[in-house]
Amino acid sequence: MEFLKKYPKIFQWLFLLIVFFALCFAIDVPETYKFIRGQAEFVKDPNQSSYIFLGKEVRYYAFDVFWRLPPLLGWLPIWINDSLFFLMNEWMPMEFWNEDTQEFKTRPIVLQISRNLTAFMTFLIELIREILLGGLETIVAFTSWDWIDANPWAELPGLPWTIVAAGFAILAYKLSGIGLAIFAGLTMVYISVFGQWKPSMQTLSFILVAAPLSFIFGLSLGIAAYKSKRVEKALYPILLVMQTMPQYAVLVPALVLFGVGDHAAVIITMVVAVPPMILLTLLGLRAIPPEVIEAGRMSGCNNWQLMSKVLIPTARRDILIGVNQVIMVCFSMAVISAFIGAKGLGFNLLLALNQLNIGLALEAGLCISLIAILLDKMSLAWANKQVDYFGNLNFFQRNKNLLFFSITVIIGILLAYFGSIYFKGGYNYLFEVPHNKGISTADFWNKGVDWIFDTFFVYIKAFNTWLIQEVLQPMRALYLRMPAVATLVLVVGAGYLIGGIRSALVVCGLTLFIALSPWWDRALVTAYMATFGVIVSCIIGFTVGTLCFQNKHSAKFMLGVCDIFQTFPSFVYLIPVMMLFGITDTSVLIAVIVYATIPATRYTIEGLRSVPAGLHDAATMSGVNKFQRLTKIEFPLAFPHMMLGLNQTIVFALFMVIIGAFIGTEDLGQYILKALSDKNGAGIGLTLGICVAFIGLIFDNLIRTWVEKRKKHLGIA
Amino acid sequence: MSEAVIKCEAVYKIFGENAKKMLQDSNGNVDAKTFQENGCIVGVNNASFEVAKGEMLVVMGLSGSGKSTLLRCISRLTDATGGKIFIEGQDLLNLNNKELIELRRNKMGMVFQSFALLPHKTVVENIAFPLQIKGIKTEESINKAMEMVKLVGLDGRENYFPRELSGGQQQRVGIARSLAVEPDIWFLDEPFSALDPLIRKEMQDEFLRLQEKLQKTIMFITHDFDEALKLADRIAIMKDGIIEQLDTPANIVLNPATEYVRKFTEEVPREKVLLIEDVMDESISNNLGDVKVSKYEIIENVAEKILTQEKSVAVIDENNKTVGSINPTKIINTVFGGRKNGK
Repeated sequence: MEFLKKYPKIFQWLFLLIVFFALCFAIDVPETYKFIRGQAEFVKDPNQSSYIFLGKEVRYYAFDVFWRLPPLLGWLPIWINDSLFFLMNEWMPMEFWNEDTQEFKTRPIVLQISRNLTAFMTFLIELIREILLGGLETIVAFTSWDWIDANPWAELPGLPWTIVAAGFAILAYKLSGIGLAIFAGLTMVYISVFGQWKPSMQTLSFILVAAPLSFIFGLSLGIAAYKSKRVEKALYPILLVMQTMPQYAVLVPALVLFGVGDHAAVIITMVVAVPPMILLTLLGLRAIPPEVIEAGRMSGCNNWQLMSKVLIPTARRDILIGVNQVIMVCFSMAVISAFIGAKGLGFNLLLALNQLNIGLALEAGLCISLIAILLDKMSLAWANKQVDYFGNLNFFQRNKNLLFFSITVIIGILLAYFGSIYFKGGYNYLFEVPHNKGISTADFWNKGVDWIFDTFFVYIKAFNTWLIQEVLQPMRALYLRMPAVATLVLVVGAGYLIGGIRSALVVCGLTLFIALSPWWDRALVTAYMATFGVIVSCIIGFTVGTLCFQNKHSAKFMLGVCDIFQTFPSFVYLIPVMMLFGITDTSVLIAVIVYATIPATRYTIEGLRSVPAGLHDAATMSGVNKFQRLTKIEFPLAFPHMMLGLNQTIVFALFMVIIGAFIGTEDLGQYILKALSDKNGAGIGLTLGICVAFIGLIFDNLIRTWVEKRKKHLGIA
Repeated sequence: MSEAVIKCEAVYKIFGENAKKMLQDSNGNVDAKTFQENGCIVGVNNASFEVAKGEMLVVMGLSGSGKSTLLRCISRLTDATGGKIFIEGQDLLNLNNKELIELRRNKMGMVFQSFALLPHKTVVENIAFPLQIKGIKTEESINKAMEMVKLVGLDGRENYFPRELSGGQQQRVGIARSLAVEPDIWFLDEPFSALDPLIRKEMQDEFLRLQEKLQKTIMFITHDFDEALKLADRIAIMKDGIIEQLDTPANIVLNPATEYVRKFTEEVPREKVLLIEDVMDESISNNLGDVKVSKYEIIENVAEKILTQEKSVAVIDENNKTVGSINPTKIINTVFGGRKNGK
C-alpha cells in the first residue's frame, strides 16, 4: 500500500490493464467471426447485414457491437469517390476554347483545370528531360507535328553525359569541396558506364521539376502561415496527417484527378513534399530573434522588404534544410509513383522486382540511392555554406566555376562530335551509353541470389517457419482476439492517464474513425506488424545507440551511417530482403526492422549527447562509474528524446509495413495497392491512408504529450 | 528646457486579450494584481514624461520592470494600449503605416541588446542597410556607411561578417547602423548589457564621446544603476511598469522618492556621483578661506582639498564668480551620512 501511495500512477495503469484484460476475457469471439480475407462488400454470406446512408448501400458482417463496431463510416469511401467523380465530370460545366478542333466545348471546370495542369506539367517535365536527353516534344509544343516533319533538324539534342557529369562535379566543388566533387563525378560515371543513364536522367528531370515547385509552394504557404494565425490553424491538421500518411495512399486520388503518367506523379509528389517544406519554413522564421525583426522595422522596412531582405535571408539555413527534405521526399516518391506510370529508375526497379529479377532491381536501386545520397549531400552543403564576400574579387575569380563549366561544355560537345565519327554506325558512347549496352552486373547478382538460396535454403526456411509459426501467427491471433471495445478502453485510458481529458478525446476520435471504418481487422494486422517491427527496432536501436555513444568516433560514425541509410528511398530496402527471404511476411518485417532501426539509433545517440556537460562533470565528481553514470544520469535525462525516437520509429515502421504490401501482406497496405487498380479506388485508397495516418497519430499524440510533460518535469523543455 | 522631442501622456501597455476594454473600465487606475487575475499582464503603467532635444533619458529597471516595453511603445514596435505619444509634435499612435515607416527611416535609430545584425551581410552592408531600404543608391549608401565605419572605429573590418567579430565590435556595427540615417532620436535598448565589464566601460566612454559630438535626443535602457548614473542627464526608475522616480542622478541619489529607489542608491559611492553644486550651501557667508572649488567638480576629486580646510570653502561657477560655499562637515555627512542609520 505504501508503494501504491508513493506511485499512484502505477496503480492507475494497473487498473487500466486489469479492465482491459477483463473485457478481453468477458467478450467472447462470436462463432461467426473468422478473420475475413475478402472484402465484406463483395461476399454473399448469411451473416451479412447492410444499411443505407446517403443513398449508398453499405454491407458488413453483423457481430456483437462489443466485439466489432459496425462500419458506420463505410459510406465515406463511396461518398468520396462519388464526390470526386461528380467534381470531375459534372460540376460547373463551362465553355472552353479547344485549340485542336477550333471550337468551343462544354467541359466541367475541374476537368478543364486538371487538363491544363496536366499539359503544363507535361511540358515542364519534357523540357527538362529533353535538355538532358534530347527529343522533339518541346519543340512540338511550340509548333506542331507538321512543322517538325517539314524541319527534321529541329530537335533538342540533349547533353552528352560527360557534360552533365562535369557539371555535377563543378557544382559539388563549389558547394562543398573536392571530396564531394569526386563523389559526384564518380556517381555520374558509374551511372553512365552501367547503362542506367536514360532512366537516371528521367528520374532526375522528374525531381528537377517536382522539387522547385514544391519549394515554391512550401515557402509561400510557410510564409502565409507565419504571417497569419488563421492560415496556420487551417494548415496544421493537414500537415499533421500528411506527416504520417503513407505515400502510397495519396497516389489513388491523383490517379482519378490527373490520370497516369509523369505529370500526375509530379503533382502528387508536390502534395507529399510541400508539408515538410512548410514546417521548416515556419520553424526557420519562428527561430529568428525578435530583435532582428525589430531592427528591420526600425530601419524602416515595409512588409515586403522585411520579408525579402531580413526574414528569409536570416532563416536561410532552415529554409535550405527544407529544400533538402523536399529533395529526399521527391526521391522516395520518384520510386513509389512508378505505380502510376512515372518513368525512370523507379519504374525499372518496380518492373525488375515484379519479375523477381533481383540483379536488375539491385542495379536500379543502387543508382537511385547513389543519386539520392549525392543530392542530399549537395543540398546539405548548400544549407551549411556561409555566404562569402565577393566585393574585392576580379571577374575571373568571381566566375571561375561558370568559366570552367563553359569550357567543359565545349570539350563535352567536341568529344561527343569525335565520338560520332569514331563510333560510326554504332552507338556513340561519348554521348550516351544505351541501357542494354552498359556493363551489367545483374547476372552476377542473380547467380549470387541463386547460390544463397541453394546453400542456405534449409536454414532460411527453418528460420522463416519458426518465426511465422512461433512468433508472428500467435501475435497476430492475439491482436485479432482483442474486442474493439477493449482496445478502445485501453487506448483512451492511456490517453487520459498521459494527457488528461483532452488527449483522451483526441485519441478516442482517432481510434473511433478506424473502428468505424470497414477495415478494423486489417488495421489490427497492420498494427501487429508495426508493433513487432518497432519492438525489435527499439531493442536494436537503443542497444546500438548506447554502445556507440561510449566512444565519440563511433557515435559520429553511426550517425553518418544513419544519415546515409535514411537517404535511401524506402522501396530500396525491399530488394535485399527479397533476395534473402523471398516473398514472405518475414521479408517485410525484416525490411521494417532495418528501416525503423534508423531513427531509434539516431535519437538514442542524440538524446544521450544532449545531456549537459555540466551534469556529466558533476556526476563524475560524485564518483560514479561509467555504468552508474549511464543509468542514473544519462538515461533518465535522455529518455524524453529517446521517446521522440520511438515516435519516429513507429512512423517509419508503419510506412514500411504499408510498402511491404507490394510483397504481399494482409494489412491495410494490401487494400491500398488493390485500390490502385480499382476504378472506384480513390475513396478507398484515401480512407485507408487516413486510417494508417491515424494509427500513427494516436501514438504520436500519446508520446508527444508524455514527452512534453516529462521534459517540463525535468526542466529541459 | 527646450521643446520636448518625445512626449508621453499617460501611456499604458497591457498584454492580454481584452486589455483595451479592461483599461477603459479601470478609468486609469490600473492595479497589476487585479489585471493579472483576469489574464492580463501590465507592461507599462501610466507613464508620463518628456525628453528634451539633446537630452539623454536613461530608463533603469530590473528585468520585467517594463522598461523595454516602454521603449517599444515609443518606437511603436508595439502599439500602446492607452495614452498619447508625441514625437516632435506628431501624434505617433495616429500615424498610418506609411507615415510610420517614413518616420523610422528619417528620424529614428535603434540599438539592440543582442546586436541584431543581419548574418548574411558584411559590416558595411549592415550599416548601409537602412539607407538602402530608404532607396538610396548602392554606391552612395556604401560611401555613407564607410563614414560610419570610421566613426565607430571599425576601419579595416568593413568586409567582415558579423560572425567574425567580437561582441564589442558587433555592437559598434549596431551603433553605426542606427546612426547611418542620421536620426534625431536615438533609442538604445541595453546596448552594453551583453558585453564583458571591461569592454562595457570602454563602450560607455566611446558612447559619451559620440554623444558629445552628435547631441542626439536619447532614450537609453539599462538594468545597471551605475551605468545609468554615469551616462544620464535624467534617470527614470521603473518597477512593475510604473515609473517610480524620474529625476537627475544627483536628486535620485540625494532624495530617493520611494523605498525601492533608496535600495539602489544605498550602495552608490556618492562622492563619485555627486557634484559640488548638488551639495553646496547657496548662501554666501563672508567667512570663507582662500581655497575655491568649481561647482562642476565631482566631490571625490576635490574632497581632500576641502577636508583639509577648517572653514567653509567658496564655490565658483565657470565665470569665477562665487555662487555658494561648502563646509567640510557637509562633505563628510554627504559621503557617510546616508549609510550610517541605514536609510
